[in-house]
Amino acid sequence: MTETHKKRPEFRNINAFKDLTTYRLPLAGWVSILHRASGAMMFLLLPFIVWLFDTSLSSEISFTRFSSAFVVGIGFCPAWFVKLVVLALIWAYLHHLCAGVRHLYMDTHHAVSKEFGKSSAIVTLSISWILTIGLGAKLFGLY
Amino acid sequence: MSVNYGSKRVVVGAHYGLKDWLAQRVTAALMALFTLVLLLQIIFTSGDMGYDKWASIFNAEWMKTLTFTVILSLAYHAWVGMRDIWMDYIKPVGIRLLLQIFTLVWLVGCAGWAIQVLWRL
Repeated sequence: MTETHKKRPEFRNINAFKDLTTYRLPLAGWVSILHRASGAMMFLLLPFIVWLFDTSLSSEISFTRFSSAFVVGIGFCPAWFVKLVVLALIWAYLHHLCAGVRHLYMDTHHAVSKEFGKSSAIVTLSISWILTIGLGAKLFGLY
Repeated sequence: MSVNYGSKRVVVGAHYGLKDWLAQRVTAALMALFTLVLLLQIIFTSGDMGYDKWASIFNAEWMKTLTFTVILSLAYHAWVGMRDIWMDYIKPVGIRLLLQIFTLVWLVGCAGWAIQVLWRL
């Protein structure tokens, strides 16, 4: 009997490069993994965030150093790179906030359907990206 | 015997993760509120946001206390998040312990730095 049975496929270690790249992640899945990634990104850039907080608040002199970071840069880092990092932080914060509010909504409402998962994911991505683009334009001096 | 499964389960003894799950939600709500408070203050300051206006926001004692609470909330919130990430992806216990220690030192250091910024003003 065991000879005629097809051997059950076994899925062992998923290879991040060979297997993960072949899966189609639904929108809700993207929101979720980006929620985790944005959180990790903010965690890694936390000292930079506290540095921004520190230099902007400590004194008039440190404040000029803070504002000059966006004009001439910091040390060997050019200003456009500083702005790019800050833009990434803006996106990370906005996405994490919107996806987090989505989580809180799901926590407080019992029934969450698959359709709601997709629609709320679209709302989350729309709000966070629109705000990111808006604030990014301000950051890069477009208005 | 009385019902002691499902919702009537006696939740005592083992660590169920409920405290951290709830703490993440509560700290998140607090930080969202803080964002709103800060945003409103920024929007409603007339004129250019120079050093004076910016520092005056954080001069008020209530704002310092609120910011202090938010910094601590952020540290706890980030700890739960990072602990979840290590728990999901790092299987060797020794490496995971090292990363957890690094995370805690990182968070405590940043929190300490940010807090002393507040009271140096």
